[in-house]
Amino acid sequence: MQLNGVRISAGARMIAPALTTLIISLVLVGCGGKTPVKWNATDISGVMEPLTFNLTDDHDKSVTGKDYRGKVVMLYFGYTFCPDVCPQTLTRLANSLKALGKQAEKVQVLFVSVDPNRDTPQVLREYVKYFSPRMLGLTGTQSELKDVTKRYRVAYSYGKGYPDKKTFYVVNHSASIYIFDPKGNARLLVDQQETSAQITADLKQMIAQSWPGQ
Amino acid sequence: MLELVYHHLSRSAAFLLPYEFSPTVLVVCLLSGWLYYRGLRRLGRRPGWDALLFGVGLVSIYVVLQTQVDYYGRFSFFIHRIQHLVLHHIGPFLIAVSAPAPVLAAGLPKAIRSHVVDPLVRSPLIRTPFRVIQQPFVAGFLFVAIIYFWLEPSIHFYAMLSIPLYNTMNWGMAIDGLLFWWMIFNLRQPGEPDVRHYGVRMLVLFLVMFPQIVLGSFIALSPTDLYSIYNLCGRVLPLSVLQEQVLGGLVTWIPAAMMSVLGALVLLVRWTRVMPESAPENINSFQDSWHPTNPPKDSLKIS
Repeated sequence: MQLNGVRISAGARMIAPALTTLIISLVLVGCGGKTPVKWNATDISGVMEPLTFNLTDDHDKSVTGKDYRGKVVMLYFGYTFCPDVCPQTLTRLANSLKALGKQAEKVQVLFVSVDPNRDTPQVLREYVKYFSPRMLGLTGTQSELKDVTKRYRVAYSYGKGYPDKKTFYVVNHSASIYIFDPKGNARLLVDQQETSAQITADLKQMIAQSWPGQ
Repeated sequence: MLELVYHHLSRSAAFLLPYEFSPTVLVVCLLSGWLYYRGLRRLGRRPGWDALLFGVGLVSIYVVLQTQVDYYGRFSFFIHRIQHLVLHHIGPFLIAVSAPAPVLAAGLPKAIRSHVVDPLVRSPLIRTPFRVIQQPFVAGFLFVAIIYFWLEPSIHFYAMLSIPLYNTMNWGMAIDGLLFWWMIFNLRQPGEPDVRHYGVRMLVLFLVMFPQIVLGSFIALSPTDLYSIYNLCGRVLPLSVLQEQVLGGLVTWIPAAMMSVLGALVLLVRWTRVMPESAPENINSFQDSWHPTNPPKDSLKIS
């Protein structure tokens, strides 16, 4: 009899703390999603830090994340010698910008090269210009790049041959594109599966949210 | 030659530096190590096996959190699973099995012990929830639930993106691991019979094995990429996403379940050690006609 009593109370006690942990954690996870808007990309509101970095742009000017407040920012990491992923991604982004028409003025694409060894500001300028005049190339010292990649949970590493500029070496890097709203808050994470039409739709929605009544 | 040695040394030194420095982890680990050392000296005990187990457990937790293992753990699912195996199973197992409570308590400065620790331990606000979550079946349930929770793909996705959530996850794993293995090796209800005490703990170890096997094999054998975040954030090991998923699933499946077996073995050894003292009548009742229970002790004396 005593054994039964112990068993039942143990069973009941089992559920309470488990439920509490679950609810607390769900609240933790869910506190970002305030707006019930449907995005094609993954909503990361409240999950990551606002747009922050110290880098050099393709005009050889030092810039910070704050310089791009007031625009919807798309942040992407890569390198200009990238054989496949980067050109494909930048082409998709360029197509979205084209599809946005005049609204594209409200969007700034930032292509951060994690290979400053080969990608000087001049090289970067030529490279991004080829995709769209609206894109901007950024790079920085290793410590500046480590700082920004760590903040956005992105990894990059160099393949065989680095840092010899004469040999071709591969740079492993992330494939994600982060979208920040004009206040600099991280809002969306775009993966490689999304088409440029889907990205355009998300950008339109973001612009409509950020500049209501326009 | 010397240059090569220097190169290797500097590389391994760099490996020992944290990817993201956490003063909390450093302070907690240093403080526990210091308390233990102080406790040993005050008790006048020389460090033995238990000190070694405690030390290895503590260092293993520090290593997976505050060296480049953490960098690989953030970007490789396989290393992430090893990191959690150490945080939740191996490190806390070693710490708990070393039964460090008396040593740590002896290491506490008297003023802190009487003014801070003792009142805290005695306060019902701590005692009641502690007693509830330390019920063997509750602790077993939480042990499994926390693994499932953080491996739920969408929760895992956000945990790997958000730094506060990531830290919550790792702390949660270490604390839950300590609570669970502490219950297994160190908590005993006063007056509880041996059979009940060891039996219930071994049953819990046995029961927590199956959900881990199910989850681990589900991940290892899944034909699709369950955790897309690793593909997005950049690869750090020369393995494909699916290869990593297989390896990560295997880590969740086999060594995790093996820790249950190891825990049960420890309990079995302890149980057999206390058995003759607690049940002398039982031993007498199993009389072996081939080997008389009371061998002629005098014969030794005579010879």
